Amino acid sequence: MAGVAVSTTINGDHVEYLCQPDETLLEVLRDRLGLTGAKEGCGTGDCGACSVIVDNRLVCSCLVLGAEAEGRQVETIEGMAHGDRLHPLQQKFLEHAALQCGICTPGFLIAAKDLLAKNPDPTEEEIRFGLAGNLCRCTGYDKIVRAVQDAASVMRG
Amino acid sequence: MRYIRPLTIEDAVGQLAGSPGTAAILAGGSDLLVRMKGGFVEPELIIDIKAIAALSEIRETAEGFSIGAAVPCAVLGEHKSLRQAWPGVVEAAKLIGSKQVQGRCTIVGNLCNASPAADSVPALVAASARAVVAGPAGKRTIAVESVPTAPGRTSLAKGEIIEAILLDSRAPRSGDAYLRFIPRTEMDIAVVSAGVNLTLDEAGVVKTARVALGAAAPTVLLVADAAEVLVGSRLDEATLERLAKVCAGACRPIDDKRGTIEFRRKVAGVLAGRAATAAYQRAGGK
Repeated sequence: MAGVAVSTTINGDHVEYLCQPDETLLEVLRDRLGLTGAKEGCGTGDCGACSVIVDNRLVCSCLVLGAEAEGRQVETIEGMAHGDRLHPLQQKFLEHAALQCGICTPGFLIAAKDLLAKNPDPTEEEIRFGLAGNLCRCTGYDKIVRAVQDAASVMRG
Repeated sequence: MRYIRPLTIEDAVGQLAGSPGTAAILAGGSDLLVRMKGGFVEPELIIDIKAIAALSEIRETAEGFSIGAAVPCAVLGEHKSLRQAWPGVVEAAKLIGSKQVQGRCTIVGNLCNASPAADSVPALVAASARAVVAGPAGKRTIAVESVPTAPGRTSLAKGEIIEAILLDSRAPRSGDAYLRFIPRTEMDIAVVSAGVNLTLDEAGVVKTARVALGAAAPTVLLVADAAEVLVGSRLDEATLERLAKVCAGACRPIDDKRGTIEFRRKVAGVLAGRAATAAYQRAGGK
């Protein structure tokens, strides 16, 4: 297989890599670039643990080829905090104990960030619907919904 | 395996036609990448069509809408005039997968994946949507219902790519709707589904109708007899009962873990009635 040379932007940084044509963006992020925040849960787009934002669209990075990132803007969980300063969603997930094992958490945070960017004041139903592509087997979702509601109110100021 | 990103449809068609082995078109990838991962398909060539500018557009003209093959379903939901003109088509497209999948999946992919349970397909068929096919011999436009021929199979010849879906502009007093049954509240595959598209006359009587059923046969069913039941009616109770009966009779479903033949027949009729009622209200009928 011939490698594909890709030039892209990840969390604002210009990044270049070589990948195989059948390699997913998730594999590139984790195995080539050391960005291991996005997790592989199912690998088939059902669980949302690998969620990233590509050109302002929330996607499962397991359903995107690494080669497709050429010229795109990719946002991952690693770009969410500013240095030691957590994003309000991260802070509220901690305060509300909206995680247990933590595998789904990066995906939930990215999905919640995308949700609030498009809808700063969502209803509980809109939050539950907006995060329905992310599965959590620990929390029962309630704490996650409360954390997102609280973060939304902080972010609205 | 090779990955290419052609800039023109002509180049994409040429590469697809000239490929000696298996080639796959990549738009949203929400079916293709899952099939690759599962080992069900191992294409020698992946043709990513998203760099072909015209394929990423929804164009609105006096004749109607042209939805490019690379337009994700999320964009359909954000397109105000498309939503107004064809709410049934848009609600069907919006039912496919999670928000993550919506950002990638396309109605052309949904059509070409040729699943009997594809959500957008019955709505497109009810809407008389057409597919613009680009191939080595040039372009042709075909009815959406002539694309799937069996589960996982299409009528497209080697080298052919669907580049867009065409929807007509709306006659006054028209409405469409799509409903499916799933055992969960969201994000599941249709056990059975129905799309209905109606145009009323000035008195609120159904003038033209199209009724399509999904997951009720190996391919989407366009039920002409069901449309005939609706034409000339105001969707009174007796009409809806006849509609349900005709739809149940038209089904050729299978028994599987998601539903029995008996259940699918019954629910196809119920959903057709409810979709017809929703379409009638959207058309301004009372």
